[in-house]
Amino acid sequence: MRARVAMLELVRTHRKVAAAALLVAFLFLIAILSPVISPHDPIAVNADNSYLPPLSPGHVLGTDELGRDLLSRVLWGSRVSLPVAFVAVAVGLFAGGFIGLVSGYAGGIADLLLMRLVDALLAFPGLILAIAVVAALGPGLRNAMIAVGIVAIPVYARLVRAVVLQLKQLDFVMATRSLGATPLRLILRHLIPNMLNPIIVQVSLSAGFAILAEATLSFLGLGAQLPTPDWGQMINSGASFLTNDPWLAIVPGMAISITVYSFNLLGDSLRDALDPRLRS
Amino acid sequence: MTAYLLRRLLLMLPVAFLVTVGVFLLIHLSPGDPALIILGEDRSPQAIAQIHQELGLDKPLYVQYVIWLDHIAQGDWGRSITTHQPVAIAITERLPATFELGITALVWSLLVAIPLGTIAAVRRGSVADQLASGVTVAGVSIPNFFIGIVLIFVLSVSLRLFPFGGYVPFFQDPLESLHHVALPAIALGTAGAAINMRFTRSSMIEVLSHDYIRTAWAKGASWRRVVFVHALKNALIPVVTIVGLQIGGIIEGAVVTETVFTWPGVGRLAVESIFNRDYTVVQGIVLVAAFSYMSANLLVDLVYAWLDPRISYA
Repeated sequence: MRARVAMLELVRTHRKVAAAALLVAFLFLIAILSPVISPHDPIAVNADNSYLPPLSPGHVLGTDELGRDLLSRVLWGSRVSLPVAFVAVAVGLFAGGFIGLVSGYAGGIADLLLMRLVDALLAFPGLILAIAVVAALGPGLRNAMIAVGIVAIPVYARLVRAVVLQLKQLDFVMATRSLGATPLRLILRHLIPNMLNPIIVQVSLSAGFAILAEATLSFLGLGAQLPTPDWGQMINSGASFLTNDPWLAIVPGMAISITVYSFNLLGDSLRDALDPRLRS
Repeated sequence: MTAYLLRRLLLMLPVAFLVTVGVFLLIHLSPGDPALIILGEDRSPQAIAQIHQELGLDKPLYVQYVIWLDHIAQGDWGRSITTHQPVAIAITERLPATFELGITALVWSLLVAIPLGTIAAVRRGSVADQLASGVTVAGVSIPNFFIGIVLIFVLSVSLRLFPFGGYVPFFQDPLESLHHVALPAIALGTAGAAINMRFTRSSMIEVLSHDYIRTAWAKGASWRRVVFVHALKNALIPVVTIVGLQIGGIIEGAVVTETVFTWPGVGRLAVESIFNRDYTVVQGIVLVAAFSYMSANLLVDLVYAWLDPRISYA
């Protein structure tokens, strides 16, 4: 409750945070409402209507090579990208957060072993790791989500470990421990609430990365499969018709860019607002 | 410095071991039998058993790992399941094209980032700075394959200023090579330019607040001298770090850009191999990508320590 009030206060006092949060909320609203606001079925094929340019009657953004309404496909595409970001960030946050908590709190041999594991994950460039995981598990949206989530694990593990190590030195943690608090209580009641700020910033930035990575995998044909209306995959198929119908690739490209921009802007502005060193 | 180098190398050993285990397991635990891909139509149990024996797939997993590692160490990375070409040769044949693309992209990113980052820092809070900060976030938000497609549409298809695809080795015809690599390099380097600009700006702001810069101003040095001679040199130290990592990550960026521009590099080979389920090639490329990234990390740390004597690794 206290954290929610603090977050609302943050949004109220920082205009940039408020604008970015509003933009992200708007995108979520579009994703939720797309079944209602989409003018057409996003996968309904209508060969008579193929390649209609933008601003055609009944098709504001035109239609693709199979006569499917582009606006409806872009709106439904948000229902793929945003849940992917949510699941991937959740995988990274929970698995990485758990590793970071155990590593930072327990220290010693557990810390040494877990951090080598994290170092090994960090040794792979992010996209290469995601591609390798999808290559092993097979193409598809579910596997793409898992792959992007695995890429996010080391980031959260390092972040949470660093914060736990910092918090462990503080008087209130030592006092709580000397009063006999169990490790579980200490972690749940005192450590986790105090690490929310950097985690919130990282979640926003990771969501942007996750959407970009999923779009990249889908563009390469390793993520969402046909006929799912996915932005990355729409750019891939639209690229074949660039000479005469460039909007087929440009419209979904704009959708990805605006969405990722919104999350990055939120992450950046939150970092500026929450990091005392950057406030000046 | 020597002690630090040794310590870093020692720390790298367990990580390198885990990386090789990861690469090995990723491919060996994946669903699907490589023997079926090799055999195609002829899938008799005898033929499958023979392929298993030839590839060592009938042995326990840990034995397979040791054999695989032994072969890797001796430079025998196996053969492509689809083309039967040795993997090491398939990768090294494609590396020059990837390297050329990556280095051009890096040069482009620095040509954009350093001047713009410096201007943003010197005129902190101005419209130019605000604009630069907006461009930075946009640069990392637009997918590089989308930038590539827009560049192809505008500069190649519509204005016909640049060719679409087609690799010409630099030493064969430097001008023609630059003409062909320009669009993919811009697409690949734009995100890097945004990141480098952010680093240049923040580092420059910090350096400009130092006492020795104030002294230079007080001595009446021109702003050009203060900024470019006194400040920029020190401000670029953190940029060196990030540029080193970008060199290590060239293959990562190339995967998508090479696919968009049908560039004959390692990245495109990776994607083709995934679709052909050519696991030995995928394994080789992931290994090369991971070890170049690890080496770049190490090199960056060493260069950083060498450039900035204040850093102590005791």
